[in-house]
Amino acid sequence: MRKTTRRTWALAAGVMSISLLATACSNDSGSSTGGGDDKGDGKITLTVATFNDFGYTDELLAEYTEANPNVTVKQTRAAKSEDARTNLTTKLAAGGSGLADVEAIEVDWLPELVQSADAFADLTDPAVEGRWEDWKAKAATTADGKLIGYGTDIGPEGICYRADLFDAAGIPSDRESVKEFLGGDSATWDTYFAAGREFKAKSPDVAWFDSASSIYQGMVNQLTNAYEENDGTPKPLADNADVKKLYEDTLNASADLSAHLGQWSGDWDAAFQSNGFATMLCPAWMTGPIEERAGGITGWDVADVFPGGGGNWGGSYLTVPSTGKNVDEAKKLAEWLTSPETQIKAFLNAGTFPSQVEAWDSEDLKAAKNDFFNDAPVGEIFAKRAAAIDVTPFKGPNYFQIHQTVGDALNRVDIDKSESIEQGWTSAVQAYDNLGL
Amino acid sequence: MSVQSPAPERVAPQGAPRAPRRVGFSQRLSRWDVKLSPYLYISPFFILFAITGLFPLIYTAYVSVHQWSLLGGQGDYIGFQNFTDIFAQPAFWRSLRNTFSIFLLSSVPQVLVAIVIAALLDQNLRAKTFWRMGVLLPYVVAPVAVGLIFGRMFADQSGLINGALGFFGIDPIRWHVDALASHVAIASMVNFRWTGYNALIFLAAMQAVPRELYEAAIIDGAGRVRQFFSITIPQIRATIIFVVLTSTIGGLQIFDEPRVFDEAGRGGSSQQWMTTTLYLYDVGWGTQRNLGRAAAVAWVLFLIVVVIGFVNFAITNRISTSGADRTTTRTRRQRRAAARSSRRSA
Repeated sequence: MRKTTRRTWALAAGVMSISLLATACSNDSGSSTGGGDDKGDGKITLTVATFNDFGYTDELLAEYTEANPNVTVKQTRAAKSEDARTNLTTKLAAGGSGLADVEAIEVDWLPELVQSADAFADLTDPAVEGRWEDWKAKAATTADGKLIGYGTDIGPEGICYRADLFDAAGIPSDRESVKEFLGGDSATWDTYFAAGREFKAKSPDVAWFDSASSIYQGMVNQLTNAYEENDGTPKPLADNADVKKLYEDTLNASADLSAHLGQWSGDWDAAFQSNGFATMLCPAWMTGPIEERAGGITGWDVADVFPGGGGNWGGSYLTVPSTGKNVDEAKKLAEWLTSPETQIKAFLNAGTFPSQVEAWDSEDLKAAKNDFFNDAPVGEIFAKRAAAIDVTPFKGPNYFQIHQTVGDALNRVDIDKSESIEQGWTSAVQAYDNLGL
Repeated sequence: MSVQSPAPERVAPQGAPRAPRRVGFSQRLSRWDVKLSPYLYISPFFILFAITGLFPLIYTAYVSVHQWSLLGGQGDYIGFQNFTDIFAQPAFWRSLRNTFSIFLLSSVPQVLVAIVIAALLDQNLRAKTFWRMGVLLPYVVAPVAVGLIFGRMFADQSGLINGALGFFGIDPIRWHVDALASHVAIASMVNFRWTGYNALIFLAAMQAVPRELYEAAIIDGAGRVRQFFSITIPQIRATIIFVVLTSTIGGLQIFDEPRVFDEAGRGGSSQQWMTTTLYLYDVGWGTQRNLGRAAAVAWVLFLIVVVIGFVNFAITNRISTSGADRTTTRTRRQRRAAARSSRRSA
């Protein structure tokens, strides 16, 4: 008898302390649910979670409070988009507690998020009908027509080039001549590569572009169904003739035209200071990273041309998690933040190129110049590049897995030089098979 | 509580079985205090461990036998399917190879160099604290910062190291292409950070070695090297075991350094330096987003760490013991006992 009592007491004490700890934890997370706070008297605080720089300054957010006195907007900014993504997926997996009222996402996350569309409020609204080009809205729309994100910015691609290196090679270097040199309005990848060979012949020490994988990125974004059918079924890589052709074209060209520098690597950074390459595929946001790395180098410029028509690389959306306390108010805020007028202000603040069609005609946008890029009228150039985009690449749940197998193969051949073009393809097919799709 | 007052007890009929068991509550309380309190005092650690260590461990095992996607959550029970899946992936085996290679290249030199540095710091130096703090300095730098800086230094084309090699007429080494070269580069980051830290732990142990042993050894005519091998090493055996175990556990779980070694953080385009933890991360949070498989990798890694840990424990134990056997150093108690017996016999 005695022993039992003692044991019972020990057990009770243990259970007590555990439950105390447990309640302490649950209390903590309970209070932070929903992000926004209801302060009674109709005043609410909405939180907006963004990353990098969306161009939402305090002044810009204050404008919303001015128009809606009962709403205060707070922004939390993650330094890198990966951090924001980890935060978002972790909290989604935990049932959505602790998410901000408005969560910014990148276009690349959509294939995954569309699958758990229940976690997001349906943002379909007559007010935003026709605000974006089809391809921008379609990426954020589920199979049954639910819109989970409002487009903020996009990455229409032009070609950034080094005018000083063109001059040194004796090739006319003003924006119009370069556009014609690369193939003009009917530029194809072949004319782009041919221009590269001509440049190389006159300036053998400077590469034409940075790496095979960045060129391939531009090409594959022009395919409607690169790796998957429209219903999400993956195409077996071994039989994927389109992708194989792009892979081979890229690597055949990069043998003599590439600088063999992986994008974002240390060597790539350094190459901006050492005349590493003369041209780059250049989505609107890329002007920022180039300026960052090429400080002190004069001669960067942007040409209003892109091989194979238009192309988009990157861009973001604002979503409204359905677990928030003030979903309706959050939706209104997201609608306002992604209106053409607000987005132009954000563009002027941070260079995030508007995805809103109407914004492309704005005088403010057209007047925007980038002094680092030889005062290029970037607003006007990228507006034209955005209008040229005519393909909606389908990116399903398996897109990035498959893309990675090809990307790795490109890097092995182009940068590591550890495999030949054929070996690279064989091992890409092998890697695809290992995915077990 | 009135029941426990003594009066009714006395009136209770003789032979009532419960009567002698009646004890004052305060008395009972003090008995609990004696028997239970020690366990309560140490319980916070075990409760916290149960919540933050044991529970995740068991839950990971639970996840590893289910289909479990990062966002979709729990799926069907599939037994050991996740384990057979990862065993079928060549990337898993390559990650094991990389992990062991980096582990050997980091832990072995690290422990050896740390002991030597500690022995040097144990000498009579001027400005002792300065030198001791000096070796700890790299430890203050965050591993990611180390990774970023070393990543630049080891850059294939523009790196400082290849530049220096070029100065001596050596061809540039392709740090981000060759598997072994990348392992050396990553191991150097780990060593940079941890050698000083381990050296200080060894130093603390060495300072606890009784100085009479060295005096006796000097009288016996032992040189510095002999003293080091015959006194220092056997005397700090327990610490060596500790350091070897912690660096084994750490070495098999290297993540930060390979993760930031290049811009993609996936261990290279042919997984040259993808360690098992990096593979785990790639499976769970990379493109596959398969937490079930990631949990299976975690468990396999856990078992490997336990096994290697035991092997290292056995090896270290043996080496140091045999070192102690060879010399005739004794503990203080043995020495005193010997002195007593010699006095008695005299």
